[in-house]
Amino acid sequence: MVQFTLPKNSTITTGKTWPAPQGATNVRKFQIYRWNPDDGKNPRVDTYFLDMDKCGPMVLDALIKIKNEIDPTLTFRRSCREGICGSCAMNIDGINTLACIYGLDEIKDDVKIYPLPHMPVVKDLIPDLTHFYAQHASIMPWLETKTNRPAKEWKQSIEDRKKLDGLYECVMCASCSTSCPSYWWNGDRYLGPAALLHAYRWIIDSRDEATGERLDELEDPFKLYRCHTIMNCSKTCPKGLNPAKAIASIKQMMVERAL
Amino acid sequence: MADVNRGNRPLSPHLQVYRPQLTSISSIMVRITGIAILALSVIVVFWLLFAASSEQSFTAFDGLVRSFLGDLVLFGGMWALFYHMFGRLRHLIWDLGYCVDVEISSKMAIFMFVASTVLALFFAIIL
Repeated sequence: MVQFTLPKNSTITTGKTWPAPQGATNVRKFQIYRWNPDDGKNPRVDTYFLDMDKCGPMVLDALIKIKNEIDPTLTFRRSCREGICGSCAMNIDGINTLACIYGLDEIKDDVKIYPLPHMPVVKDLIPDLTHFYAQHASIMPWLETKTNRPAKEWKQSIEDRKKLDGLYECVMCASCSTSCPSYWWNGDRYLGPAALLHAYRWIIDSRDEATGERLDELEDPFKLYRCHTIMNCSKTCPKGLNPAKAIASIKQMMVERAL
Repeated sequence: MADVNRGNRPLSPHLQVYRPQLTSISSIMVRITGIAILALSVIVVFWLLFAASSEQSFTAFDGLVRSFLGDLVLFGGMWALFYHMFGRLRHLIWDLGYCVDVEISSKMAIFMFVASTVLALFFAIIL
């Protein structure tokens, strides 16, 4: 459902301003979304100051520095620090991306960090991705076969394998889905760009033998057709993938098989 | 984990924090202009309705439509019509499988805005 404003319990208040480092010349201001599930208060935005001469180049470096040196209660997910695990996806400077591979030099002015948009917040920068993962599971993200298992492996030509390029690289960080206004308003029923990109990855896999069933499953006014090619997904994808194109390809296959 | 707060989780900000993109703005504009030309068609229908009822009522309504404010509304409507047309054309291109790409789509977004403005101004001047 379209609701432009935030619910009462979600409106953001001004939080604490932490003191700036003493004697530093290259200071940068960070405004970070905070919400503590235990204090019963509304979310707030805390302000931190960092000495950039003693900070790494990426947004994640700054977050870790804040957690280590200023405020250990700041909570966020991170793991690989090289854009392959997808854990540190968040809204940075107005777009969704991975904190570990987004450079602080790419941001003008103050650094504003929020959790992925329009998601239930578990704590601070951690969104609840349960529904997102369930949607991914619903598209059957595995090889479905009917013929007898080959003696060795399921083979694929080099050309057929190439069709998976630009799809298999997705790390399921949820940046795209949570950048999509359609997913904001209809995320309960619309699968969103990430799940649809994965759906397409299996639909065009030459080894998969459930293409028809997969398309049947997506033939739905909400699951697939809530995509209006707004393209926030492709614009924001930290891996440079194009979910909009994958969705357009599914729509085309729907038409082609009906003809 | 027994007393973790799961019921009252806030919704993270969305429109409030997400930076408008060329593609997203041009997309919502297509929808807004679509609604605008629907409203415009109501004005046109009333125009014809008054023309069919009596000379007096037509003169009154026609005067309203041809006033400065009416001109402004009609010009906006014409712009909306062109913009919407280009927007739908872009959807047609996308649905045929072409140009589903951020870079080209952004360029098309700028083209839609410029072309509809030029066309609207052109027709406003010659009509």
